[in-house]
Amino acid sequence: MSRLLSEEEYRKTKAYRMKRWYHGDKDPYISKVEMKPQKPFKEDVELQRKRLHDELILNQRIYDVEHNNKILAFRKFYRFISVIFVAALMAILLYMVSYLPPTGDATNPDNNEVAAKYIEDGMADTGAVNIVTGMILDYRAFDTLGESNVLFIATCAVLILLRLDKNEKTDTTKEEEEENDRLYEPKNDIILQKVAFFLVPLIIIFGIYVILNGHISPGGGFSGGAIIGAGLILYLNAFGFQKTERFFTQKTYKWICFVALSFYCLAKTYSFYCGAHHLETGIPLGTPGDIISAGLILPLNICVGLVVACTMYAFYAMFRKGGF
Amino acid sequence: MQVFQGILFIFLIVCAVSVTFSKNLLNSIIIFMSYSLIMSIIWILLESPDLAITEAAVGAGITSILFFVTLKKIHAMTDMTKDQKKDNQGE
Repeated sequence: MSRLLSEEEYRKTKAYRMKRWYHGDKDPYISKVEMKPQKPFKEDVELQRKRLHDELILNQRIYDVEHNNKILAFRKFYRFISVIFVAALMAILLYMVSYLPPTGDATNPDNNEVAAKYIEDGMADTGAVNIVTGMILDYRAFDTLGESNVLFIATCAVLILLRLDKNEKTDTTKEEEEENDRLYEPKNDIILQKVAFFLVPLIIIFGIYVILNGHISPGGGFSGGAIIGAGLILYLNAFGFQKTERFFTQKTYKWICFVALSFYCLAKTYSFYCGAHHLETGIPLGTPGDIISAGLILPLNICVGLVVACTMYAFYAMFRKGGF
Repeated sequence: MQVFQGILFIFLIVCAVSVTFSKNLLNSIIIFMSYSLIMSIIWILLESPDLAITEAAVGAGITSILFFVTLKKIHAMTDMTKDQKKDNQGE
């Protein structure tokens, strides 16, 4: 049984304050911090005369590029030095390349037991026919988790930079808004819409195919996710934000990324915790070559694909509209 | 196949050089796109189809789209057309 608080008592609790702070209703500066309004800028005659005089000197003596010998000399010097610098860098790098071992030689240092282990035991250990996927999602799954997290963090950073506040009033003219064109979507281009009508399902189905067959044929979560993201961007371009917001909003993005990343973490926590010693998951590997095989690789591929697809779409939507 | 690969490499170098020397930002993005496309074909010839798919989807697709949107955002594309219009009217 929970005790019901009255409205006034609830307002005093920390939970209520936390909720207000989370939703952004409360501005901590209002009625707490006193802010002095700035004095209007005034300039007396003496100061103005001095400023104009300084500006005149600056323009005549320093910014007069064609007659300022120092700037001309510096420009020549800069070009000369940069050419010498680039040439020296190229020479050093080419000299280093000549020390590299020849391509495809059997005694090269990269032909060691690590590559041999992956090629010989890869299929037996991971159950994936495509050794590359077996490597990045089984032996090196921790790296892939880091990559997915980097994408998520990048979206957060772009969101901070490009987000538009809905309450903020912008004093833009209609022409500027049309140029910005996020308010006048879609443009209803008949050719684009017909092409998108046929292409978008194909692109998205191909992306799903690449993700689901990541452990059998070339491809995997990252490339498949990028293909699906491209399909979503094409759909958005053709039909506008109103259509895509029916199935993809900021909330959907948050939940998909949260669920996918936390599933990835939970599924692999044990082997991360053990320093990637106990790679066995207990799930039978199945016949190599089937879609449902290779243990955890398929669900992990789907997770990575979802995160990548959502991130690509989110990037585009934020660049276009400043939110999604 | 060797000849074909050589032609692709020459294209690659031409693309890489012309991206830096192109004055028009829109042109350089399109050249960059073709660079990625050629690179993905070379990845296939080097027998790494995984990279080829990723290069085609990310390099040629998504990155260029984001570049286009950025150009639009910083008004590099619209200003250019306006200037051209002004020039045409002036003539």
